Amino acid sequence: MRGALSLIGLQLRLSLARSAQYRWDFVTSGLMTLVWTAIGVIPVFVALHGRPSVAGWSYEAALVVVGWFTLLKGVLEGAVNPSLVAVVEHIRQGTLDFVLLKPRDAQLLVSTSRFEPWRIVDVVAGLALVVWALHALGRVPSPGGVALALTLLGAAVVVLYALWILVVSAAFWVVRLDNLAYLFNALFDFARWPIDVFRGLVALLFTYVLPLALMTTYPVRALLGTLEPRVAVAALAGALAFALVARRTFQAALGRYTSASS
Amino acid sequence: MRRELSALPTLLRIGLAEAVAYRAEMVVWMLTMTMPLVSLALWSAVADVAPVAGFASGDFAAYFLATLVVRQVTGSWVVWEMNQEIRSGTLVRRLLRPVSPLLTYACEGVAAVPLRSLVALPFAVAGLVATGGSRLPHDVTTWVAWGVSMVGAWLLGFALLATLGALAFYLESTTALFDAYMALFLVFSGYLVPLELLPAWVRAVARALPLRYTLATPVEILVGRLPRAALAGELAAQWAWVVAAWAVATFAFRRGVRRFAAYGG
Repeated sequence: MRGALSLIGLQLRLSLARSAQYRWDFVTSGLMTLVWTAIGVIPVFVALHGRPSVAGWSYEAALVVVGWFTLLKGVLEGAVNPSLVAVVEHIRQGTLDFVLLKPRDAQLLVSTSRFEPWRIVDVVAGLALVVWALHALGRVPSPGGVALALTLLGAAVVVLYALWILVVSAAFWVVRLDNLAYLFNALFDFARWPIDVFRGLVALLFTYVLPLALMTTYPVRALLGTLEPRVAVAALAGALAFALVARRTFQAALGRYTSASS
Repeated sequence: MRRELSALPTLLRIGLAEAVAYRAEMVVWMLTMTMPLVSLALWSAVADVAPVAGFASGDFAAYFLATLVVRQVTGSWVVWEMNQEIRSGTLVRRLLRPVSPLLTYACEGVAAVPLRSLVALPFAVAGLVATGGSRLPHDVTTWVAWGVSMVGAWLLGFALLATLGALAFYLESTTALFDAYMALFLVFSGYLVPLELLPAWVRAVARALPLRYTLATPVEILVGRLPRAALAGELAAQWAWVVAAWAVATFAFRRGVRRFAAYGG
């Protein structure tokens, strides 16, 4: 465990050094973040601003969800996606050999190989939106609520990571994955809406199969103090199950790796 | 030109064979394109509480089913093909053929249209049943205009993506650019939210960008949201963009190929 932590620390330091070379990225990604955050608010603005609340969500409450979504997206694109996109390239080119030769756990090595620290801008922008919307609502979350929301954030990152590992595992079978990643991103985008807005099949899909509810709605409910303890426990258990399935699948997939170097 | 025309049937046949061969990829693509169904569920729930700026539940259903059909038929993925082939050097195979690579890409795209139309068909029927067809155009002129706008939408979308793909000749990674394009597309083409509902300044931006002509134009014609008087102007603007985008795509590709060094085995 200590070894794993020091390995992550080392990889993180390497990524920091790498991105310090591209300082301009900080400015450009910062500007882009502002634009995307503004654009991301538009649909919710159209649907809820100055209108009756939908399924119990007013405009301000839904904005908390949008803010949380921006925050989570920042974490996802800063800490989860970059490494896993790199793995797909390794598999295609057969250079995964070099990773597998190292005397450490392959999954740990590939999933911590790259971080993008500049995405911290997204996290800050998301937080700012959350705080602003909570202020507009006139709510101050309880310390317990904040702790629970952060725990659920951790669970959401675990689930997203597990889903990505599943996508990457698919790369051992099919060579091209751009469109699978694209599908994933397109679906993830619906997490900016509170889950209660969806009904029927879509609601089931987004609660159990691709748990968008866990990713944004539950943490925000925790902040607002309306999350049932039962739901929170079930969400955490679900996240754990996702991680285990992903781990098993990755190891099975690794067995199919046929170093494709020429 | 004559030589290229005579090659067309063969190119189309190859394209169809490839579309059938890469079924798994096609299926994922088609799933991606069903995203409007989620938007439909979402917006009808919102409209059930109270209509949004004149859009009731049924209007949203018609709009998003039309979006699905149009996107399914006119979408293209040339940017991925190109990016991949430029990066890995397999573009050489295309360059060796005696026809323009852009044309071979276009043929592969066109060849997939019948298969994709087949998938779009059930949704079109569902849309017709759900909305009773009362929103559909009633005269031949509008239907012809819709056909023209569909062809224009395909050509324009292809040219824009081909330009992005050709940037792979110059830049190390074009995926970030493509992500930015996608995000812009989602908002300014009417894919996520009907453009009519957006705040005025967003609509003004959408007017200035080519993206609305790749999707919103045919959709709005199909569901009767574009007044007849505005049809001619809309189509003229669309085709002006088509010509401009193809010119840029051809230029970017030709210039790019000169920099192309096929590395790798």
